[in-house]
Amino acid sequence: MDPSFLVLQALSGFASASSQFIIASGLTIVFGVTRIVNFAHGSFYMLGAYLAVTIVPRLLDVSYSPAAFFLGVLLSALLVGLIGVAVEVLLLRRIYRVPELFQLLATFGVVLIVEDLVLKVWGPVDIAGPRAPSLRHGVEILGQRFPAYELVLIAVGPLVLGLLWLLMHRTRFGVLIRAATQDREMVGALGVNQARLFTLTLFLGASLAGLGGALQIPRLPANAHMDLSVITDAFVVTVIGGMGSVPGAFVAALLIGQLQAFGILIFPKVTLVLVFALMAVVLVVKPWGLFGRPEAASGRVMPPEGIPGLRRFRPAETVLAGLAVLALLAVPLLGDAYKVKVATEILVFALAAFSLQFLVGVGGLVSFGHAAYFGLGAYAAGLLVTGPFKAPMELALVAAPLAAGIGAALFGFFIVRLSGIYLAMLTLAFGQIVYAICFQWVEVTGGDNGVVGVWPSSWASGRTTYFYLVAALSLTAIVALRRVIYAPFGYTLRAARDSATRAEAIGLDVRTHRWLAFTLAGAAAGLAGGLYAFMKGSIDPTLTGIPLSIDFLVMVLVGGIQTVMGPLVGAAFFHALKDAVMPLTEFWRLLLGLAIIATVLAFPRGLAGAAESLRGRKAGLEPVEASA
Amino acid sequence: MTLLVVEGLTKRFGGVAAAKDVSFTLDAGEMLAIIGPNGAGKSTTFNMVGGQLKPDSGTIALDGRSIAGLPARAIWKAGVGRTFQVAQTFVSMTVAENVQMALLSHHGRSRSLFRDARALHRDEALGLLAGVGMRQDAERSVSELAYGDVKRVELAVALASRPKLLLMDEPTAGMAPRERSGLMALTAEVARTNRIGVLYTEHDMEAVFAHADRVLVLVRGEIIAAGTPEEIRANPRVKQVYLGEAGTEAAMRARRKAVA
Repeated sequence: MDPSFLVLQALSGFASASSQFIIASGLTIVFGVTRIVNFAHGSFYMLGAYLAVTIVPRLLDVSYSPAAFFLGVLLSALLVGLIGVAVEVLLLRRIYRVPELFQLLATFGVVLIVEDLVLKVWGPVDIAGPRAPSLRHGVEILGQRFPAYELVLIAVGPLVLGLLWLLMHRTRFGVLIRAATQDREMVGALGVNQARLFTLTLFLGASLAGLGGALQIPRLPANAHMDLSVITDAFVVTVIGGMGSVPGAFVAALLIGQLQAFGILIFPKVTLVLVFALMAVVLVVKPWGLFGRPEAASGRVMPPEGIPGLRRFRPAETVLAGLAVLALLAVPLLGDAYKVKVATEILVFALAAFSLQFLVGVGGLVSFGHAAYFGLGAYAAGLLVTGPFKAPMELALVAAPLAAGIGAALFGFFIVRLSGIYLAMLTLAFGQIVYAICFQWVEVTGGDNGVVGVWPSSWASGRTTYFYLVAALSLTAIVALRRVIYAPFGYTLRAARDSATRAEAIGLDVRTHRWLAFTLAGAAAGLAGGLYAFMKGSIDPTLTGIPLSIDFLVMVLVGGIQTVMGPLVGAAFFHALKDAVMPLTEFWRLLLGLAIIATVLAFPRGLAGAAESLRGRKAGLEPVEASA
Repeated sequence: MTLLVVEGLTKRFGGVAAAKDVSFTLDAGEMLAIIGPNGAGKSTTFNMVGGQLKPDSGTIALDGRSIAGLPARAIWKAGVGRTFQVAQTFVSMTVAENVQMALLSHHGRSRSLFRDARALHRDEALGLLAGVGMRQDAERSVSELAYGDVKRVELAVALASRPKLLLMDEPTAGMAPRERSGLMALTAEVARTNRIGVLYTEHDMEAVFAHADRVLVLVRGEIIAAGTPEEIRANPRVKQVYLGEAGTEAAMRARRKAVA
């Protein structure tokens, strides 16, 4: 291979490493100080790009010079910093003490809101930015042309690293950031004004994201999908580098930049997979990332999130549950075809949400990529009936949970080695791997378009018949899973969640039980995915994506993470609401985002949890602890 | 009969030797206390025997079987139950369910998918709870118990697997004085009736001198004295480095109480 080609490839790797570092450094600083993994960081990046494509051309009209260009970029970054301040003051400040799952969801609410606002303000069409004056052309390197702007980018990364180092070591603010990253409680105990420290940190973090976005405009048009794609990359960089470590983010960005630059030559189809594989390997060898440190023990025992205790149905609840099932089963008799479709979807999502609750509420394993297993089931079923095999639906519905279970067992092997926020990030990363495979492996999966023609066998092809098939399988699976929660296996998972140390000391193999649980929950989600594929008649990558994973989490959250049956209520409520509201408004995401944030702020225990508290209060008792 | 043989146990954290060449033996039915000032290496020694830490070198044999470096759950299977300095329980469960969990594990049923967990080994769990005086509280959530009662539950959990050796890391830490002597008397009784060897660390001198058959004194990771409570009390070096005058008085008080 031509050496000059290799040099250029390396240079472009450095350029992308610079961009990734600038974005990830902001994320990692914010995490270090506030302990919040901020999904909205991707939105800050997107806003930086949109502001820059708006501001920079105006400044260039005044004075066509590189100075005007970079002034515009900086201005955009600072404006985004101010937006970050607003997000901190309005939202984050209120959720520092909320369980981390809710923090993640609340910041994802911001993502949804910003997406819709951006669409409203800037429209759905991509907006190309101006190129930087005097940097529009290529520079000759070893006889090849290399874009001059990319060279500037290569320099900006180390420049930002240097400035951050000065800030961290030469200013009081920087010293406080470092101190808070090591021990937030101690910083508070020493009388530091935490509110101001956090606000300034958000300003810094958001500005860096905005800078990253603004610097992209000559390379990448501003578009409304930038946020989620960049946040996954930024997560990967921060997690590989070690959460909270700026130098770690720099090293990780360099590694990933080069891996992508050269990986594309060897495996053009699977660059995304390469990056996530790197992440998986790093996390297994160094569970806290290259430069990260284990979470400092906070010295207090936190009550576990999730289901606090189990009890049996009360007689009234048994009647209520029976009536709900009967009402659902009566839908085809009373409702039209559309209502039957919605009811089928509710049954499918109820199973998916319940399987997620099995992980989150019982096992304490917060998965941000549960749609991956739903999607694996859907793809296994869809590809089996449409591909060269032309398998019947019955076989495909057996294969769906099997394939998803195998996928969950494979990913779970790595995932259960971690805990807390790292575990959540790894589930998200594996989810993105599945998404990337479905998206990139066009020959098999149909890529972005997916595969159509996934129809049930003829005996089940009527809407009503298929509804009853889904009802039978879904309800059976839910009842079985519920049974497992009340069985020794479910108790063991809860025991490991409450105190892994005690569980090991009475001879329980925590990791193996969690791995089995992950596999079981994956298989259940896979069955739901398979059923969904036949209902919709097609499969596409959105079935594996982050937004669907978040939908599942919202169902669990809305229904009440502390309840056993709540997620079923959550699935029904959420899906019915989405179905009713989405056609009426162009602001579905904005409304959903606001609703998520409001739910997190108002009822951190969810709807069913709130109902239980209410009942407890009426009876003049303490809130009921156990859940059925 | 010698139950536990520990020889040359060493553990370093960076440059600090938390335990240096620690050797001792423990008989079935014997109560052996490890005492020493803060940072003497008591918990380190303890966690090596319990499997929470891996020793750098040295051997640990339980009933002639080597258990050094095994994971905690394997050591439990070999016959070692333990309690923790800060009690570790399953806070989302009732008192009875906590003990039932230990029994489920003991009977190898933790992977059972469809049996009703609350009905399994319930009588056995209630029996164990009766043994530690917690039978009436069986249906209460363990999260609402007073700390002394939590420690009793932990003792019942540790005894559920019918261990040969019981490890108790500061069993009376955080308890009221009256609860302390109650728990130690209970432990001593259980140990002697069931021929269980008990290894415990303790800061409370009364708990040590009233109940221990033998005492090890650990200072900066090394054993500086070993013997009966009387010998330890009389040992001038121990008096000097560890007990001090106040400690000696407490030891005398405890002795008078035990005799009376």
